[in-house]
Amino acid sequence: MKVLAAFSNSKKGGSMPTDIGRDDVLKLVEGGAHLIEVLPSSHYEEEHLPGAINIPLKKLDREATAQLERDRPVIVYCHDYQ
Amino acid sequence: LSARAAWRLESLGFDKVFRYTAGKADWFASGLPGEGNQAGSPHSGNLARRDVSTCRLTERATEVEKRLEAEGKDICVVVNDERVVLGLIRKEALASDPQATVEQVMESGPTTIRPNWTLEEIVNHMRKQNLDSRLVTNSDGQLMGILYRSDVERRMDELEAASRKGVQKDSVFDDRNAISEKQDRK
Repeated sequence: MKVLAAFSNSKKGGSMPTDIGRDDVLKLVEGGAHLIEVLPSSHYEEEHLPGAINIPLKKLDREATAQLERDRPVIVYCHDYQ
Repeated sequence: LSARAAWRLESLGFDKVFRYTAGKADWFASGLPGEGNQAGSPHSGNLARRDVSTCRLTERATEVEKRLEAEGKDICVVVNDERVVLGLIRKEALASDPQATVEQVMESGPTTIRPNWTLEEIVNHMRKQNLDSRLVTNSDGQLMGILYRSDVERRMDELEAASRKGVQKDSVFDDRNAISEKQDRK
């Protein structure tokens, strides 16, 4: 996958998160990526991306992320460029 | 928020972290579906009519005029190969100079609205601007349809009537013109 290939290259110098667009989200989710909305739960409950789970930023810790499989890519998003 | 969340995940040992920078605003503005208790509520994308006449910059006004005549339309949207909206052309403008190209007589950069606007937002906008219609484009600027104020007002009346009767809003949702399905992707 192109996105993951680019990601692999970027990892050579460190482990920076990679910025992606909508098409990449679709491809990564299709490939099994976790999708996480980090907004407060009230925002999530109103409407969220299909298949997304909610872990608000304030609750993003070791315990909350224990449910995630570490070998799968993880995509985070909020409302916009915040 | 998502930038800090991405780095927090990295600090927790996740090594394949991606950040969808444009977020849900971009997702819903592109007409893609959502989940949640507000998902599927009526919005501009649902009500926009998809049967919009389109033309290209280089076409002759006379050709486009004939097409509009045959289709019974008054407006033609000027798009490129990616279906990105470049302009708008009205029948009257075409008649003024039949040999002109579309580019010469079109209105450049028409104002558009996103498919995730609520009915209240749309109707307030249209009343304030005294508009009868608006083009709907996704966040990439691609044409999704044309939204008529009369359609929006009629739908709002239906929802209000249904609400008074205690009927679920969704049950009166008429999707004859719905474009809630994924936009045709190239």
